[in-house]
Amino acid sequence: MRKKLLFFKSLCVFLILICGAGAAFAQTTVTGKVMDANGEPVPGITVTVKGTKTATPTNTDGSYSIKTASGARALVFSGVGFITQEVSIGTGINYDVVLTASAGDLNEVVVIGYGSARKKDLIGATTTVSSKDFQKGAIATPEQLILGKVAGVSIVNNGGAPGAGSTIRIRGGSSLAASNDPLIIIDGVQLSGGGIAGSPNALSLINPNDIETFTVLKDAAATAIYGSRATNGVIIITTKKGKSGSPKINFNTNASVGSIARKIDVLSADQFRDFVTANGTPQQIALLGTATTDWQDEIYQRALGTDNNISVSGTLNGKVKLPYRVSVGYFAQEGTLKTSDLKRFSGAVNLSPSFFNEHLKVDLNLRGSNSQSRFADEGAIGAAVNFDPTKPVRTGFNRYGGYWEWLDPNATNGLRGLSPNNPVSSLMARNNTSNVDRSIGNVVLDYKFHFLPELRVNVNTGYDLAKGTGDVVVNDSFKTSYRRGFDELGRLKGGERNFYKQRIENTYFETYLNYTKSLKSIQSVIDLTGGYGYYNNLTINNSYANYFFDGSKQINSDPPFTVDSPQNRLISYYGQLQYRFKEKYLFNGMVRTDGSSRLNPDNRWLTYYSAGFAWRISQENFLKNSGTISDLKLRVSYGITGQQDGIGNYSYLANYGISNQTAQYQLGNQFFNMYRPIAYNPTLTWEQTATSNIGLDFGFFNNRITGSIDAYLKETKDLLNDVNQSAGTNFAPIILSNVGNMENKGIEFTMNTQIVRTKDWTVDFGYNVTYNRNRITKLTFSEDPNYEGQRFGGRSGGTGGSILINSVGYNRGAFYVYKQVYDAAGKPIDNLFEDLNRDGVINDRDKYRYKSANADVFLGFNGNVGYKNWNFGFIARAVLGNYAYNNVASGTGATRNILNPLGFLSNGSTNVLESGFKGDGDRYFDSDYYVQNASFFRMDNINIGYDFGKVFKDKASMRFNFNVQNAFVITKYNGADPEVNGGIDNNFYPRPRTFIAGLNLDF
Amino acid sequence: MTSKICYKTYKINCMKLRLFKITILILSLGLIVGSCSKKLDLAPINDVTSEVVYATPLGYKQSLAKIYGTMALTGNAGGSGQADVFFPGSDEGQNSDFFRTFWKAQELTTDEAVIAWGDPGVPDFHNMSWSPSNLFLHGVYYKALYQITLVNEFLRQSTDDKLAQRSITGASADEIRKYRPEVRFLRAFQYWVLMDLFGNPPFVTEESLIGGANPPQIQRADLFKYVVKELTEIESLMPAAKSNEYGRADQAAVWSLLARVYLNAGVYTSGAENKFTDAATFAKRVIDAGYGLVPNYQHLMRADNNIANNEFIWTINYDGARTQGFGGTTFLVHASIGGNMNAADFGVDNGWGGLRTTSAFVNKFSDPSGNSDKRAQFFTNGQTLEIQSIPTFSNGFGITKFRNLTKTGGAGSNLTFVDIDMPVFRLPEMYLTYAEAILRGGVGDINLARTYINNLRQRSYGNASGNVTVIDITLGFILDERSRELYWEGHRRTDLVRFDRFVESTYLWPWKGGVASGTAVSAHRKIFPIPSADINANRNLIQNPQY
Repeated sequence: MRKKLLFFKSLCVFLILICGAGAAFAQTTVTGKVMDANGEPVPGITVTVKGTKTATPTNTDGSYSIKTASGARALVFSGVGFITQEVSIGTGINYDVVLTASAGDLNEVVVIGYGSARKKDLIGATTTVSSKDFQKGAIATPEQLILGKVAGVSIVNNGGAPGAGSTIRIRGGSSLAASNDPLIIIDGVQLSGGGIAGSPNALSLINPNDIETFTVLKDAAATAIYGSRATNGVIIITTKKGKSGSPKINFNTNASVGSIARKIDVLSADQFRDFVTANGTPQQIALLGTATTDWQDEIYQRALGTDNNISVSGTLNGKVKLPYRVSVGYFAQEGTLKTSDLKRFSGAVNLSPSFFNEHLKVDLNLRGSNSQSRFADEGAIGAAVNFDPTKPVRTGFNRYGGYWEWLDPNATNGLRGLSPNNPVSSLMARNNTSNVDRSIGNVVLDYKFHFLPELRVNVNTGYDLAKGTGDVVVNDSFKTSYRRGFDELGRLKGGERNFYKQRIENTYFETYLNYTKSLKSIQSVIDLTGGYGYYNNLTINNSYANYFFDGSKQINSDPPFTVDSPQNRLISYYGQLQYRFKEKYLFNGMVRTDGSSRLNPDNRWLTYYSAGFAWRISQENFLKNSGTISDLKLRVSYGITGQQDGIGNYSYLANYGISNQTAQYQLGNQFFNMYRPIAYNPTLTWEQTATSNIGLDFGFFNNRITGSIDAYLKETKDLLNDVNQSAGTNFAPIILSNVGNMENKGIEFTMNTQIVRTKDWTVDFGYNVTYNRNRITKLTFSEDPNYEGQRFGGRSGGTGGSILINSVGYNRGAFYVYKQVYDAAGKPIDNLFEDLNRDGVINDRDKYRYKSANADVFLGFNGNVGYKNWNFGFIARAVLGNYAYNNVASGTGATRNILNPLGFLSNGSTNVLESGFKGDGDRYFDSDYYVQNASFFRMDNINIGYDFGKVFKDKASMRFNFNVQNAFVITKYNGADPEVNGGIDNNFYPRPRTFIAGLNLDF
Repeated sequence: MTSKICYKTYKINCMKLRLFKITILILSLGLIVGSCSKKLDLAPINDVTSEVVYATPLGYKQSLAKIYGTMALTGNAGGSGQADVFFPGSDEGQNSDFFRTFWKAQELTTDEAVIAWGDPGVPDFHNMSWSPSNLFLHGVYYKALYQITLVNEFLRQSTDDKLAQRSITGASADEIRKYRPEVRFLRAFQYWVLMDLFGNPPFVTEESLIGGANPPQIQRADLFKYVVKELTEIESLMPAAKSNEYGRADQAAVWSLLARVYLNAGVYTSGAENKFTDAATFAKRVIDAGYGLVPNYQHLMRADNNIANNEFIWTINYDGARTQGFGGTTFLVHASIGGNMNAADFGVDNGWGGLRTTSAFVNKFSDPSGNSDKRAQFFTNGQTLEIQSIPTFSNGFGITKFRNLTKTGGAGSNLTFVDIDMPVFRLPEMYLTYAEAILRGGVGDINLARTYINNLRQRSYGNASGNVTVIDITLGFILDERSRELYWEGHRRTDLVRFDRFVESTYLWPWKGGVASGTAVSAHRKIFPIPSADINANRNLIQNPQY
């Protein structure tokens, strides 16, 4: 083929050479190749000479050849799934074209619950992001690919540790104490919510490079089919599959370097010396050192990373057509905190053959990964804020690993009690490594009955297995572990050499029957599905005794049980009817019954339903031929979903647990392991959320502007919530109960535009905005206006205290604080708070509910500009109306923290200079002074790419790109990073700013 | 292929065949699917049901161990990790150990102790400014009610019917029946704690079911009656004094609690009840049961104080190797060490630099050096007598009463967790109760009381030089003598309240009420507020006045 093409090209060149100017009068043959944004050839594109009827399709390798009459000015490239593109032609005879996929293509097939549908037939609120629109750069974990891309979806990564997971919220989440995480499905495998020991994040075990699309299901019409697990929305991930044709090899590689974007503001060594000298006692001043150490500089490093992937895909044409894709990847990332890193090897195979004349389709997915992590002691982050900056890192002596520590000659181990650890020493002392294997595999058989092709049976079965093991080794000469305890022979030992192991074995079986019949006589299509699902989630935890560094066993450390295997199961039955009339009016109705082993047999089963309607207005005669409006669809839906994630596996059973070897009690001369009754709640049942949604999808100017707007109301009842038990009525003061109601309402708007399309220039811009308002509407069984609410959200600073509260009439997780009084200069007055209830005393009842960590508005922006072979893009987000409690400032920014009575000094936030707080009492911790506006704008990604086109003697095409991730943040927030999950900012592993250079090769 | 032919040739038969095939298909799917519902019945492999726990006498004993053990441990894991009672934002060791939180409420509020730490709620004790959300008060309240809940469950599980059902008969069944009055004693003890500290707690018995309705609130005077009635009822059912296993309660423990409750009856009933004769009677019953003083006062709070000890009536047992927690005596030893004190002298790895005492307490001793009265165990090197600033450890004398070393100076079994057992009742309290009851009008022999007191003083002085006469024995002397003898054992607040010296201006100590020279505070602080968490959860509860 390639030889032919070369010959053809040579011929053209020859013809041009001999015809010279005369060629203008003659017919010319123009050739070229059509590719998509990924450099994949696109067959079946119609190439038309503008203003004529001359047209030809592209071949399987994307090439075309067309005769143009003299005077032809342009070629038009059009085809399903791509934006029609016009290319001016001059005297050249070779025009390679890169087509942009049309975002608004309505025939695009979207994978939805138990099947797939054309985009135009969708009734639910559904957003799909495909690989061409993913975030680019050093992406360790799949969910980061769609950061800022989908209205109504908030993705906040849980810090800068390599491979750290993210908190994903779709439409704000719908629960309090139960899970707010969406259900994630990869190629039909429903992932369990839990993590695996030894992995920072279960999703990080999946190679993002294998992913083709993300589809986010948001309203009940889309999610209810997943019933009990879909209350917080569903994310369906499909991976790349084999393409038709000869083997295509893709190789991409990148190298990254990251460093922390912003340090926490703490007193410098000089500021610290001044502060202690001015405020300390003579004994405290005597503790000052002469060194100048920036402890944050000492614990962070420049972190290198690399990501390498190679994939082969194609179709084997034997007796059976066998499309295949095989990929392997290697990802390695250092952490910006010293001693943390992650390495991941991954591989995936997809085979999708068909048999019996396409009657039986088989889809086989197998993916495996091995990740090796080293986890740093993240306590060092807080210690670097706290540790005295006038002390050197090292002492020059061998004791305590050679690191400077607070000493007390009178202590048995020579160390000052309760003093913080040298941050560098606590990092270096600990070697916490893990090795996690994970495999996800499934086979989907889809059989169209020979005797009744409208009827299909689909069987989907698979597994998600993971095994995590790890070692925690702590050197016995370092402070953190020096002379910790006795071994079994009564010898005083130190350090740690411990081992952990966990296995997860989740399996499932799903089957459904689908009957789809087109009834032409009444212009209707009926689509009927009935199915069954069985999900078994099993975890096996191994427990081991504790060992000291030298391998001797710690006394009484044998666990009461060496193995535990918590397990739960779900069983579901469902039925769904979809009905399309005249391809304009679409209805669906769904019923599902779920049973969970986590619930008492009496309230174990619950039935959900949903109904939806969509009207394709643009198909009506009055719009059908509109040049402006190319698509307009109205969607309305209502439905119920439920959830049981967050309920313990056996929490309805009255069980007893036994105490471990160091919690025995002596009666007489014997020590007994104690049997403790476990708190239980036999009345626990499903939490249910009713979602109403109304939405409008639109497309203008041949879908160059597309988008949608949705308004929703989510009402959750029987909230799974941690509820204070009346003392004396249960075996725990707080247990999970179904109490309360909550609502989320909001509006989402998404728009994607293709502003410019010329030969040299393309300009795209996408924008999405979400407004979400959360209110708790009920928290007690009966209405009780005096009920304060449920406090939670432990903050640090001293010990104890919670800063958040869930109260009726307020946002979930409002800050529950004292109102600070300020002087005329705007400076907070130490320990002076408003007596809000005017009873003459300042006490707990003067606290008020102030703001919340939940944002009101989320904005996502992305833009892309192409000029010839250059490409420039960015993705940015803004979050407005979220507040954060600056626990670093409150916990360390008081005189009392810096100058304590314990015989050592601590550094603190520079906030102490601003507030002047002495740190007396405990109320100042709960001042609204520390609750700060954490609205921000973050430039997540800036990328520049250059396409070299054909290289290596035309054997390959090559692209180069350069990215900056987490480029900058604009915020008024004083802490290191305004984006704090849960609203309490304390010892947060900073997100790095990363520069990435990457290369992509296609053969 | 066949179906195609069939389609053309035998259309009608074929339709039937199709229907048949579909029916078979649906039926077989139904079979796969229908047999699954039973699969939802799962049980844990390690946690066990009550039927398994109570199938054997050992299981009952291990449940009994939990009821006792929850006083010494914060949960089912040594150190921390599986707390019995936990609140968001709290610290298991600090906030949910029974004795540590009880101790803070009883001692930090008085002249006997100050603590350097600024942990939320801690300074409020000495400042007398605690609030209903104080996490230490939450700790002692919930821990007391937790233990009561455990007792109630045990009583439900150990009825004769249940024993018969589980085929436990004969000697085993008799042994388990003996546990019942014992756990009722523990319940009565915790109701005493709640009555003394909080006044009007919720009231639950074995009749109150788990997950049941909100319990009613009981008034302090009614609770007094209940505690007395319970103790009187179980008295004859308990093992004879000194006949039970170490760590378990016997008749003498019941008498001791009765003596304590009767002595404070006026406080609990707002003066309605005068029970001093009863207080003297029960104190004497304990004294006559054969107890005797440990020869050396300074050996009382040592790692091996469970051995050769005829003085302790009932103890909370700690063990550095097997009963580990950050409360109890582990707290008392570590928190007392700071300044120039040498942690090794106390048998632990380090000090937490917290606890000292006020000059008001030091001055209870005419000679604080410890050379005459050996009970004066102060650490003065580098310490000032007066306190300028509570957070400064060097302000105020340290106290060296608790040492994790054996009487011969040997090491305890662990450097972090100490072995010292904590006496809840010991003989001297009964001596002093007997004397005070008589002084307050109870029937008894004052000369005998003098003998008892001189027993204590001879032990502390090593000779008769500290002996007192009947004339010396005034109520004021008793209050001071109780302090000298029982300091830091969790009695002081109760004593000061009974002597009307807790909130009043009649007795001021340094930093009482948050003022350097001491100040009177509002009388409502004689009892603590009911924790806000329970006020919120249980609508039957009315908060104590002025909180």
